[in-house]
Amino acid sequence: MTSTADKATAETVDTVTLTIDGKETTVPKGTLIIRAAEQVGIDIPRFCDHPLLAPAGACRQCLVDVAAPDREGNVRAFPKPQASCTMQAMDGMIVNTQHTSDEAKNAQEGVMELLLINHPLDCPVCDKGGECPLQNQALSHGRSESRFIDVKRVFEKPLPLSSEILLDRERCVLCQRCTRFSKEIAGDAFIDLQNRGAMQQIGTFDEDVLGFDGYEPIGVAAEDESGRAFSSYYSGNTVQICPVGALTSAAYRFRSRPFDLVSSPGISEHDSSGAAIRTDHRRGTILRRLSDNDPVVNEEWITDKDRFAFSWQNLSDRLERPLVRGDDGELHEASWPDAIARAAEGLKAAAGLTGTPADKKAKGVGVLPGGRITMEDAYAYQKFARVALGTNDVDVRTRTASDEEQEFLGSTVAGSGMGVTFADLEKAPTVLLAGFEPEDEGGVVFLRLRKAYGTQRVLTVAPFLSRGAEKLDATLIQAVPGGEAAALASIKGAADAAESLQAEGSVIIVGERLAGSPGALSEALRLAKRTGARLAWIPRRAGERGAVEAGALPGLLPGGRDATAASARDAIAKAWGVDSLPESPGRNAAEIIAAAASGTLSGLVIGGVTPSDLTDDLAAALARTDFVVSLEVRRTDVARYADVVLPVAPPSEKPGTFVNWEGRLRGFATAIRTDAISDHRALDFLGRELGADLKVGTVADVNEQLALLGAAGKSERVKAPSVKAGKARKAAGDELVLASWHLLVDEGALQDGEPYLAGTGRTAVARLSPATAERIGVKDGVVTLTAGGRGTIELPVALTDMADGVVWVPAKSPGSWVAQELGVHPGALVRVKGGI
Amino acid sequence: MSEPDDVWKVNRERDGEAQRFESNFPENGAVGRAFAPVAGFGVTLRNFFRPTVTEQYPDKKTPAMPRYHGRHQLNRYADGLEKCIGCELCAWACPADAIYVEGDSNTEDAQYSPGERYGRVYQINYLRCIFCGLCIEACPTRALTMTNEYELAGPTREGLIYEKQDLLAPMQDAMLAAPHPMVPDTVDDDYYRGDVTAVVDSQIEWVRERRPDDPTLPENRSTEPAEARRG
Repeated sequence: MTSTADKATAETVDTVTLTIDGKETTVPKGTLIIRAAEQVGIDIPRFCDHPLLAPAGACRQCLVDVAAPDREGNVRAFPKPQASCTMQAMDGMIVNTQHTSDEAKNAQEGVMELLLINHPLDCPVCDKGGECPLQNQALSHGRSESRFIDVKRVFEKPLPLSSEILLDRERCVLCQRCTRFSKEIAGDAFIDLQNRGAMQQIGTFDEDVLGFDGYEPIGVAAEDESGRAFSSYYSGNTVQICPVGALTSAAYRFRSRPFDLVSSPGISEHDSSGAAIRTDHRRGTILRRLSDNDPVVNEEWITDKDRFAFSWQNLSDRLERPLVRGDDGELHEASWPDAIARAAEGLKAAAGLTGTPADKKAKGVGVLPGGRITMEDAYAYQKFARVALGTNDVDVRTRTASDEEQEFLGSTVAGSGMGVTFADLEKAPTVLLAGFEPEDEGGVVFLRLRKAYGTQRVLTVAPFLSRGAEKLDATLIQAVPGGEAAALASIKGAADAAESLQAEGSVIIVGERLAGSPGALSEALRLAKRTGARLAWIPRRAGERGAVEAGALPGLLPGGRDATAASARDAIAKAWGVDSLPESPGRNAAEIIAAAASGTLSGLVIGGVTPSDLTDDLAAALARTDFVVSLEVRRTDVARYADVVLPVAPPSEKPGTFVNWEGRLRGFATAIRTDAISDHRALDFLGRELGADLKVGTVADVNEQLALLGAAGKSERVKAPSVKAGKARKAAGDELVLASWHLLVDEGALQDGEPYLAGTGRTAVARLSPATAERIGVKDGVVTLTAGGRGTIELPVALTDMADGVVWVPAKSPGSWVAQELGVHPGALVRVKGGI
Repeated sequence: MSEPDDVWKVNRERDGEAQRFESNFPENGAVGRAFAPVAGFGVTLRNFFRPTVTEQYPDKKTPAMPRYHGRHQLNRYADGLEKCIGCELCAWACPADAIYVEGDSNTEDAQYSPGERYGRVYQINYLRCIFCGLCIEACPTRALTMTNEYELAGPTREGLIYEKQDLLAPMQDAMLAAPHPMVPDTVDDDYYRGDVTAVVDSQIEWVRERRPDDPTLPENRSTEPAEARRG
């Protein structure tokens, strides 16, 4: 099939043959001269040209001599040198670059001299120095002398476009890569060219920020609620593609030089896209992260969170040595053998494995690994729970979760290999989003959907059109949280939406939030069946898909096997060389915490779980539990209740594999070598001490086992869910239905210690429809939310065109920690009062 | 016969040849032959009456030549601000990888050098330095120069990694210790062109407000000359 496909493409692609510097080459029709030259190894200097951006011809650095056949077929030279980055190759064209044409060389040198006229040449203080295309090409393609003797243009510098992105206008060569990226790729046209001639400059349309010196802006930008002008989630990419040092990031400013840095490839730990990143570090400290080029996943773009949020792991609360609670009730540093022995002893007692009469009192141990772990870690956690502790109480889903979701994951996601890919998203004629905000929860998923802007129809099941959805030109299928199932069911028959979903290649994307809406995932499966659209599940955290594959859910064994099916259990037990696996059904994360809080669990093994992310009172549950082992990178609130704290490595200091939402294995090697060890290695130690050799000491061990186990057979699989569609709660009086999701840049634990990034986040607002706001009686533009939880949330109101009876607040933005303060998931009723 | 024996045989034959060597020097006469056993003392006796070239280091130190490549120094502007901007060009130029620099941003509260950037960390490892002076040539602000100091030995490795405070030029009499603001209404270019020639009152006032005990403030300066203070 592949060969025929290749043949078909070979036949359909028209080619042209041209001569560049005397070398004849054949390229597909439509190829730019500059690309054709690259293919024969001829380097033409350039600044504005970028393979992923539309041609602009802005910098004029790539001028070459061109001769092409005219209508009669006589090859005639163009009267002036032409920009090779905008001109497409033609049959019979003769191109002479600076290597063979003095005229082209002279033109390029002239352009370079012109570009350098207003360039300050402050390379010693410029962050780009040493890796600067302007510096490099001025040396390789420029004249050594400049004829310019006048005073250079001076601007105030640096100009903060946002708290993270700084602009030095005098260094800018007006190539427009940044503005083109913002418009074409990210869809945030917040920066643009302003003024003309010598005063032409990049700026935002915010007069107060820019300080125009009497040059008034022409228009006013559409502001977000924060009033900040350049609050794009992808703004960091403009720094990376800037060919001079005009755009720099506050986090990296003046920190280092390229020759100081060691670059290691890696995978971002911030979302389920598995974006390829490059980690630059010096003396064991990460100084910056850049996007790596991975055409099948993130192309050359990453989110600002992927780029800037890395300081969390080197904060002062980083754990370096194990901690053991002493007789005085305080945590003390201990050696690894001591800590492991102490942890094993406590877990043995809690799990009833001591072989003494006290075992009767033991009520078992629950395992909460958190959703940020690698696939290897997830595998180790679940094997540790099932083999060493003899329980199915293991769940990575420390978020809204349901049994329906587990059935959905077991039947549709786990062991399904590569399903819908990024390329499929780009090609899909229609994409339906349900419980998923691509810009906030998907990272680079949004950029792929945005790439298909204009050719793709996007439908979104949500309470309102978010800014991200608006940028995708999405059609809203309005649904109150909890009522998504009904909304999906309503897409039926020849209705417009259903029809467009029937187009071949259409995709339905469901997010992790749908788990909180009864029947929604069942309905999504039905809709997929009805329309023939393909289904993709995109969780938020990086480790979730890997954990699903590795079986770190109570009802799922590795490879999507049903933990309640005896045949699946026997197969796994045989592979693991144990007699049997625990039969009793496991509890999910919320149930484990509830059990711990009510005293029906004696022990907890807890991984990277942040208590404030949970609606349940984890602190109370931990306090009630007899023995708690915590595996953490940093000393968190969990440590206050833990009896043993084992320090584990952050992703940059260990090897492992994230499985992204496509099902693609995104393996990464250790970027920085330290003494820190992975969760799976620590669990391997613990398992041995408990008398179970888990064989999860290394990444290779785990991957060998996973490969041998493979995906589940049909008989071992979980059945697809078939849950009746639930109904959204009815808003009555001052009780409104809560809608909420995590914004990309918020106060998540992995964004700690990065104030510049936090400054680009969006200010928290409570969204209400005008009618609802009137009914509630909003005073002073502020509302207060309570839900009988631990606290209240007070936020300014933003009137939004949205479903009545719904209030939306961001899940963990400054002043809006929904899970902690309200203690409820989206879909619940919250009391909303106008004013404070 | 094994091979090594062959080699030895050849060598022995060669030695025999060497014994037949005849000297080119003329034969000594009778007097010469009589004094031959003590003739070598003649050289010693001759040098008794020549001027000595031995230097009495360390009892007596001899100044090096003016352009001698000795220990580095990080210079200051006339108002006491550091010339180093932390650009790392010296580290880049260094063929021995002896220099380590980390830059940082000057802030309003802590201005160490004119402009936006200063060198927060500056280390030269004198176990590595080959005193070639390429760093001096690379320095764009003339911050780094070399002194005539050649006494660079020590008992520990750590002691031979000189930190920024070890390399900074001593404060001259009229200088004010950084951090303090730049001279009002100047930009970094004015400093580079040498237009800033002295501390101004507003800078002294600024330091007095924040660091009243600073030894470089006029009122805190000891009366003894700077040379003596430096030790």
